[in-house]
Amino acid sequence: MWIDLAITMVKILFILTITVGFFAPVLTWVERKQSAIMQDRIGANRADILGFTALGLFHIIADALKMFTKEDFIPQGANRALHTLSPIIALVPAIVTFAVVPFGGQYMLWGKEVSLVISDLDVGILFVFAISSIATYGYVVAGWSSNNNWSLLGAMRTASQMISYEVAMGLTIIGVLMVYGSMQLTEIGAAQETGYWGFILQPVGFVMFFTAAIAENKRVPFDAPEAESELVAGYFTEYSGLKFGMFFMAEFIEMVTIGAIMTILFFGAWHIPFLPTATLLSMFDFLGDDFSNLVVMLIHVGVFFGKVTFFIFVQMIIRWTLPRFRYDQIMKLGWKVLLPLSLLNIVGTGIVILLF
Amino acid sequence: MLESYTGAAILLLIATAIAVGMVVATTILGPKRQFADKMEPFECGESQLVSPYQRFSVKFYLVAVLFILFDIEAVFLFPWAILYKKLGLFGLIEMMVFLLILGVGLMYVWIRGGLDWE
Repeated sequence: MWIDLAITMVKILFILTITVGFFAPVLTWVERKQSAIMQDRIGANRADILGFTALGLFHIIADALKMFTKEDFIPQGANRALHTLSPIIALVPAIVTFAVVPFGGQYMLWGKEVSLVISDLDVGILFVFAISSIATYGYVVAGWSSNNNWSLLGAMRTASQMISYEVAMGLTIIGVLMVYGSMQLTEIGAAQETGYWGFILQPVGFVMFFTAAIAENKRVPFDAPEAESELVAGYFTEYSGLKFGMFFMAEFIEMVTIGAIMTILFFGAWHIPFLPTATLLSMFDFLGDDFSNLVVMLIHVGVFFGKVTFFIFVQMIIRWTLPRFRYDQIMKLGWKVLLPLSLLNIVGTGIVILLF
Repeated sequence: MLESYTGAAILLLIATAIAVGMVVATTILGPKRQFADKMEPFECGESQLVSPYQRFSVKFYLVAVLFILFDIEAVFLFPWAILYKKLGLFGLIEMMVFLLILGVGLMYVWIRGGLDWE
């Protein structure tokens, strides 16, 4: 009982460290550095400690310190309570989604079976959708409570875009669920150990899910809700200091979530191609049972986050390559392309499964 | 059954604590220098011409209604997808009929211009 709780706490601490502590801050640097490289600039390289710039990595510390010590601005006439509450509503679901994301399989460590997921729910993927949609309230409330016309327009756009792509995103993964016959993310991940990976069985679903997921996260080319050139900054125009930073943290953590879900559903989760866990275990047999399990576990976690990093990288490249879509184009893509196509994908998958 | 949610609940508590802590920290640590002009909501250098707190037409209400329809459809599809391999041909035909009806509905909305934006 207590040991289970202790293991759960360790996993929670690990997830918090990797999302809030590692990915969110580092991605702010990656975004600036990668855009600089792609646009042939030098990029973030000014912050230094005793002359060392470390490729601009100290900008992370500088940004954090700056955000903590900036004035927390609430405009006149704004709803103060909601204005303060909305960054919390936006950030918390982004972190909580990680509760069902498995970052490794199951390992026997010193007589105790450790499953590398905080909550192994049988409705895993539904939990992800349910929780991540709550963040929408944060964005809409942020825009409405600011007493600012730009914020309100941004909030309206957010709401319409999120609900449009919510449908498409839900329907695109039904093909994957049909193939693996489960909603449990650990089971879907385990099924890809020896079987085919999701993107081979569901190529159309893979592309559509990636598109819908980027749209749900409101990143370029789908960033109409926060379009700088049209709406100043969209729903967070009136935010400053760390409350502003929290919206960005939520966005970056959601990028990690998208990468993780993509990895689990379509790219073999924590598995290395053609190298099942049993083979990997026998390779480290000389270390003894417990340590070989430990080594394999570390390898799997590394592989998993390697894949996640790759998908974050792809999202970054897309963000700095494509221009922003016009608003009606975004809605058209969601309702007239992704929705019918995902329905056809379901029909096609059904027929193919029945035939083979 | 419910025990499997323990981890998620703990994570929810910790995440809320982190988020609240961030808001409290930024409120306490930041300076407070307020004067009338600064407190006005931003509107590209102008004073606010119209207040956002008034009635305005939400153009996408139709999309919102459609969202409810199609999301409920998705809810029906999830359990069906899980059991599909057991249901076999029966499951396929049943769901084809269901999807066909919804497809006709989508076509109707599409042709009537419900998905067009000006």
